[in-house]
Amino acid sequence: MAYKTIIEDNIDVLVAGAGLGGTGAAFEARFWGQDKKIVIAEKANIDRSGAVAQGLYAINCYMGTRFGENNPEDHVQYARIDLMGMVREDLLFDMARHVDSTVHQFEEWGLPLMKDPEKGSYMREGRWQIMIHGESYKPIVAEAAKKSADKVYNRVCITHLLTDEAKENRIAGAVGFNVRTGDYHVFKSKTVICGAGGASNIFKPNSTGEGAGRVWYAPWSSGSAYGLMINAGAKMTQMENRIVLARFKDGYGPVGAYFLHLKTYTQNGLGEEFESTWWPGLQEMVGKEYLDPELAHKTHRPIPTCLRNHAMISEVNAGRGPIHMVTMEAFQDPHLEEVGWENFLGMTVGQAVLWAATDVDPKNENPELTTSEPYVMGSHATGSGAWCSGPGDISPPEYFWGYNRMMTIEGLFGAGDAVGGTPHAFSSGSFTEGRLAAKAACRYIDDGKAEGIVVSDKRIDELKEEIYKPMEHYKIYRNEVVAGDVNPNYINPRQGLDRLQKLMDEYCGGSTVNYMTNDKLLSIGLKKLKIMEEDLEKLAAKDFHELLRAWELKHRHRTSECVTQHTMFRKETRWPGYYYRGDAMKLDDENWHVLTVSRRDPETGEYTMEKAPCYHLVGEDE
Amino acid sequence: MPTFVYMTRCDGCGHCVDICPSDIMHIDTTYRRAYNLEPNMCWECYSCVKACPQNAIDVRGYADFAPLGHSVRVDRDEDKGTIAWKVKFRNGTEKNFLSPITTKPWGTAIPKLKDLAGPTQEQRDSELLYNEPKYIRFDDGGLHTLESNGLTMKQGVYY
Repeated sequence: MAYKTIIEDNIDVLVAGAGLGGTGAAFEARFWGQDKKIVIAEKANIDRSGAVAQGLYAINCYMGTRFGENNPEDHVQYARIDLMGMVREDLLFDMARHVDSTVHQFEEWGLPLMKDPEKGSYMREGRWQIMIHGESYKPIVAEAAKKSADKVYNRVCITHLLTDEAKENRIAGAVGFNVRTGDYHVFKSKTVICGAGGASNIFKPNSTGEGAGRVWYAPWSSGSAYGLMINAGAKMTQMENRIVLARFKDGYGPVGAYFLHLKTYTQNGLGEEFESTWWPGLQEMVGKEYLDPELAHKTHRPIPTCLRNHAMISEVNAGRGPIHMVTMEAFQDPHLEEVGWENFLGMTVGQAVLWAATDVDPKNENPELTTSEPYVMGSHATGSGAWCSGPGDISPPEYFWGYNRMMTIEGLFGAGDAVGGTPHAFSSGSFTEGRLAAKAACRYIDDGKAEGIVVSDKRIDELKEEIYKPMEHYKIYRNEVVAGDVNPNYINPRQGLDRLQKLMDEYCGGSTVNYMTNDKLLSIGLKKLKIMEEDLEKLAAKDFHELLRAWELKHRHRTSECVTQHTMFRKETRWPGYYYRGDAMKLDDENWHVLTVSRRDPETGEYTMEKAPCYHLVGEDE
Repeated sequence: MPTFVYMTRCDGCGHCVDICPSDIMHIDTTYRRAYNLEPNMCWECYSCVKACPQNAIDVRGYADFAPLGHSVRVDRDEDKGTIAWKVKFRNGTEKNFLSPITTKPWGTAIPKLKDLAGPTQEQRDSELLYNEPKYIRFDDGGLHTLESNGLTMKQGVYY
């Protein structure tokens, strides 16, 4: 093959994907590994990559321990109830006890954090959220990562993790290709910190045509965190826990600041409050322990995000839509109006464009809300990701195997969407997880765990052939037809993505079926995914850009398969409003107060499912 | 909203190609200017718009739900450390916004950790990260632990 091979050898820490998790990892690794070789591979440009490329108007995970606002365990309690009990509380406590040092560091670096003029603390949007002018959030953390790293490879898409041929179940690096030059890149590394992203665009989006890019999570979040790790044989957890977002219609502008800071509220198409009418029925499904509106009213205990979605979905299905966000009151205050607009311009410009295009001025009109298609990720109000070790001083034996944030493959670490069971990490928590992973990775190397790694030339050549196969396939078959993209020998990445989205939507609980699925539907979904995998061997890419899309599709497909397996395994409806198992519509604590863990055997492709115990952080005398 | 590039303003410098997170800004081989080759993978993140030295890139709302006749323009000024937005509605209404993007001169405030003294063995053996325990406590104590906060991890159903 004509593609040039570029080998980067003797790497100590390879950061695969440099969003907030990856930049945190690269920055911190330098402190613990002064002489270590730290390399970043990023499929876009590190200055504007990952979910925060566009900027953020809030940091949603900040304890304020320094100001006496919260303790780490308060945040664990919050994440637990929001996720209906299913979280890794060791990892959450660990993230929460470190996250404030990350946020204060951001301020020292120049990120404009708003201050509360009276208290001197950061301006609170809600109990956990602080407000920032975060247009340059990503360039700022990228600068930190670049200052620490020996080398940054922009535009290199990692397609596979390399495993050691000398010792079973140990990491050895990664391979990928440059989406501009087409060069083949081999990274031989003692450790890999997976900072790749969660998955948008695996369920059919509500928007059609051009608007298909206006997904809630970035369209470049291709589930590569999961695709890479599952293919390497890492154990995954809570992959069924997809998230559905209640957002401003079509533009998917965020609602956090609107609810929490601007004090806007929702009503149905008749102008009525509707949420509370759905609570009694929901209580029968999930139990009063998980939904106690009176207690929520009196204390800070939240009503879980999924249950609030359920009320909105049910109200619309009952024919009383659309749901409106009542903004007309708050927006009369010019300061609040400014906050409302800057909130979008800082992180979802498209919503501002849409309101300008449709003459929606929220001062004069209450905008519509909607519920999105599902997403699979691990840092917002959901915790899909890999099953990883916690810190030694917190984790029970089932959650600990030596190194913090290390996956079930030795030497493979992760942060952000890659780590399972840690919802509500958001940007600051993901960066913090990267720092934790980096320290642990350096310790792993210093302990001599990465000696004698072997990667054969044969393996490197095999992967090279596999990576470029879609381009070769295109060259061979394109001239069999006169013109166009209809060809009996192949599908292109867009055609494949459309197929994936349609089948996930219809069989795995997407928005067009009101998030409903059951065992039979999931079985059919799995069958179709299997057949699709055969067709993915016949994927065609006409250039390097399409080759990028081809590999993104393969990662999305693997993610989808794992999501479907997990959804089938958990025979209950744990998160009404995220998805429903029609054949098991109730929450079932007797059998399912557990975390789901899967492993796909890289040799056979078979999945093994298991239940892992769910530990909770409680007072010593409870 | 998908981006598009004005023919008469673009000089083909490629800044947008370099920055686009979605890899959809490419140089057209005939006209030697940039264009958006995959609008349905555009997140309207404005990274390319902000990066364009010629102000040649703009955004037209997604055809499937956004009517024509609007504009959202941006000027990101690294020297001043500000970002200015002008929102024009279809009906002619205009709104302007200005925000800071940084509080420090670029490239100056972030430490180069290689130049610092390395960690001590005690730091390595602890659970602390770089620069901690600064900022993580209300009082002078160290890192929060199960013991310090009177907690334990238990199996079972807790809400």
